[in-house]
Amino acid sequence: MLVTTTKGDMDDSLLEKREGTVDNDNEFTTWVEYWQGDELVHRSAHVTLKKPPTFAGGVAASIA
Amino acid sequence: MCTSFLGELMSAQHQFGASTITSRTSLTSPTGDTFKAALYLASATVNASTTAYSATNEVSGTGYTAGGVTVTTATTPTATNSSATAGVGFVTPSASITYTTVTLATAFDAVLIYNSTQSNKAVSVHTFGSQTITAGTFTLTMPSNTTSTALLRLATT
Repeated sequence: MLVTTTKGDMDDSLLEKREGTVDNDNEFTTWVEYWQGDELVHRSAHVTLKKPPTFAGGVAASIA
Repeated sequence: MCTSFLGELMSAQHQFGASTITSRTSLTSPTGDTFKAALYLASATVNASTTAYSATNEVSGTGYTAGGVTVTTATTPTATNSSATAGVGFVTPSASITYTTVTLATAFDAVLIYNSTQSNKAVSVHTFGSQTITAGTFTLTMPSNTTSTALLRLATT
């Protein structure tokens, strides 16, 4: 599979793939990195928000 | 949610979803507003007091255009009663917000949704864990469009 990198498209067989996730109350995030030696040549991330902003209390906005 | 947005709603300055006859552009050929999403550096201060889009401390890098990308808001806002005396109106963008093939080397952790049709007035700010992107894609998926998790909710109490 070809991967877009800082050096152009490269076959993933030439690269080291690292993946990770973050899961908390606010978000579920996945990320993937491709490394060529000790150089990061690709990083993508997908953040899924779980809830709206709550700057004031638990409701996004309230009308009394 | 940006506080200024709450006041602007009362003067009908924002329109989400499909256009309606009450759109300001034209009574005969109405159009909906265009909303955009701009990313901000982790060092930026964007919060409920933000009133409009600003390029200050916005991310920059290969493939990223200042001002961000257009948000798809095809979903019509919904309102429902939760009891005889209370209810909630809510809406969530209908598609993920995607920044394709970008390099954003400086950490960012916030997105500002704003109305580019209405003088870039701020709608809401959403924060997440700090990210960088290298020759890759950043995708932001909104919460489910429900009364309790929709991106924008207005509730009577």
